[in-house]
Amino acid sequence: MSGGVDSAVAAARAVEAGHEVVGVHLALSRMPGTLRTGSRGCCTVEDSMDAQRAANIIGIPYYVWDFSERFKLDVVDDFIAEYSAGRTPNPCMRCNERIKFAALLEKALDLGFDAVATGHYATVLTDEHGNKELHRAAAWAKDQSYVLGVLTTEQLAHSMFPLGATPSKAEVRAEAAERGFSVANKPDSHDICFIPDGDTRGWLAERVGAETGDILDRSGTVIGSHEGAHAFTVGQRKGLSIGFPADDGKPRFVLEVQPKTNTVVVGPKEALDIAEIAGGTFSWAGLDPAASGITPDLALPFDCSVQIRAHSDPVPARARIGSSPNDGVRRGAPELVIVPNEPLNGVSPGQTAVLYAGTRVLGQCTIDRTVSALQPQSLPEPAGV
Amino acid sequence: MPVYLDHAATTPMLPEAIDAYTAALGIVGNPSSIHSQGQNAKRVLEEARERVAASLGCDPIEIVFTSGGTESVNLAIKGMYWSRNDGVARPRILVPRGEHHATIDAVEWLEHYEGAILEWIPLDARGRVSIPALTEALSSFDDISLVTLLWANNEVGTIQPVSEIAALAAAHGVPVHADAVSAYRHLPIDFASSGLAAVSISAHKIGGPLGIGALVLSRAASVVPLIHGGGQQRDVRSGTQDAPAAIAFGVAARHPAPALAALRDRVIAGVRSAVPSAVLRGDPHERLDNNAHFTFPGCEGDSLLFLLDAAGVSVSTGSACQAGIPESSHVLLAMGLSDAEARGALRITVGHTTTEADVDAFVAALPAAFARASRAGFSDRAVGIRA
Repeated sequence: MSGGVDSAVAAARAVEAGHEVVGVHLALSRMPGTLRTGSRGCCTVEDSMDAQRAANIIGIPYYVWDFSERFKLDVVDDFIAEYSAGRTPNPCMRCNERIKFAALLEKALDLGFDAVATGHYATVLTDEHGNKELHRAAAWAKDQSYVLGVLTTEQLAHSMFPLGATPSKAEVRAEAAERGFSVANKPDSHDICFIPDGDTRGWLAERVGAETGDILDRSGTVIGSHEGAHAFTVGQRKGLSIGFPADDGKPRFVLEVQPKTNTVVVGPKEALDIAEIAGGTFSWAGLDPAASGITPDLALPFDCSVQIRAHSDPVPARARIGSSPNDGVRRGAPELVIVPNEPLNGVSPGQTAVLYAGTRVLGQCTIDRTVSALQPQSLPEPAGV
Repeated sequence: MPVYLDHAATTPMLPEAIDAYTAALGIVGNPSSIHSQGQNAKRVLEEARERVAASLGCDPIEIVFTSGGTESVNLAIKGMYWSRNDGVARPRILVPRGEHHATIDAVEWLEHYEGAILEWIPLDARGRVSIPALTEALSSFDDISLVTLLWANNEVGTIQPVSEIAALAAAHGVPVHADAVSAYRHLPIDFASSGLAAVSISAHKIGGPLGIGALVLSRAASVVPLIHGGGQQRDVRSGTQDAPAAIAFGVAARHPAPALAALRDRVIAGVRSAVPSAVLRGDPHERLDNNAHFTFPGCEGDSLLFLLDAAGVSVSTGSACQAGIPESSHVLLAMGLSDAEARGALRITVGHTTTEADVDAFVAALPAAFARASRAGFSDRAVGIRA
């Protein structure tokens, strides 16, 4: 229970569904702020008090469990390391993968609980053989199945999302008001919870340092300078501060972030088009596509759709398990290879690609490499194609 | 009915105190008013002060009612610090490790804002203040404003040799404040012969109401007030006095102290037989009659607390909570325990409503809770990641 409206209503519904429920607030920082500020909706003492008030009204016990050490190690440090490596991490996803449905779930199971219920908008279905499937929420606009794409069969078996069938957030708010929750009209949180003022760049600069580096065009010519490569994300247009226009007069976008050389490569929008993405860290949400009858063999391309951001639209694609390039790092290990039917725009390594079959989440990978639609020959070919 | 074994946090109000409290709420008049009704309020207030004074072996004039233990401790420490630094530089405060946060945060505030110099006196493995270290500090410095210490530790229950310490400090002309919030009514306190300059107490720990406490302030000691206003209570603590709360406090102070040692020993014996690996912390002999404190190897006190709560038994991990976030007890760390050992802490405290059946219910629930909590281990910590 974060102190927000969704988890409060989810807890109330779990109680009414007949479960024995205990409210748990995750303490994710040793030094929480006292009062809520800006668009953050969690992690302050005030939020913890909101959660406790909701638990009081529902009539369930409430505890604060301290996962701050794990959170720092698995989410915050990971976030810094990923940015330092020129990748764009999704900390909420890491938190679901390693904290909420891992450390918290493990502790809960050990203490005698059966499942973790959260206020995520997603649906867990059980097929006729008893296998768990993760699906999009009924409220498509609020659907959070993307950030749950990291959940495995085992985790899904112990997860409950009581808000999954709700048609809209408005309905959840109305229900919260009806139940007398003070958080019924609490604003949604948007920012990264561990960056108090929402200034991700400034926060990162303090932790990874900021050194002046070069901005290059695609030919390698220095056309400007920046105050630290980590502050840039692939696809970013603003904040480049290059004093002169491109030859064709069109806006320039970040194409690549190279932290080792502290350089940022920029170019035209079309150079952002990605024809293929792949990642060696992948998982299946429930039975894999072969076991589900979607493909006879995971090595053969199968139809699906791919989503690369929490709130982007899914794009039809074909996916398969291939071998990663033998580039000295990946050494041909298995990877999930995804070829979208139309190019994807602004994909950065570190992002998560979630595969869907209709409303069902098939699985996900953290993107290690991308192949440009413009110049596929300039990037290493995946082995075995 | 849940079994309540957290009397050191707060103990239920005595029925007599509740009766006196509710009856007193009907009294009309501000004790500082000159008319007869004001005088009546003043009369019952002063009767209450006399009762509290009698329970501490001090003069009524030496009782300064406050809002509770924390205010008393702040008034004693900051007030004496400022008073002792009036015209003379005595920035040094001697303070043991393992104090209550009311003291730690007050002295650290003085360090930060007033330039105080803190001399932290170590504890031994039983939680007793190191007398050699204290003696050494007293003879090494001539700029000491005060010594402040817990009469008995609120977590592990260890009783300090307060009179011995007061005598040592007196030899150097240094006043001593004792935080007796957890000791009051659990051991004899005779302020007059104690050699102390000030003692802090609280009503709700002894069956009185919440929201009132007292600083016992020797006639010989002076403090600079924290709260300024109408000059009530020796000009030390301004503000209209809460006569009903004082009356209820007085009733609790006069009530015979319950005999708790046998119940405490029943807890200790019960824990030892239920979980042989549990380690009793604090001084095995010089400890509060209501306090049993154990560490349970390989599990989190938090998990134990949760599981016992689910089984209908209320206990405490004993350590301070920052925003509900449990911290390893600074008291146990000061006693030399490792962080992992300190995390397994559980404090069980008995009180005037505790029965043998309560203790037995706790002991009966303990083995299953311990087994479960051991399985959960330290899953929420950086160590022992299984994911």
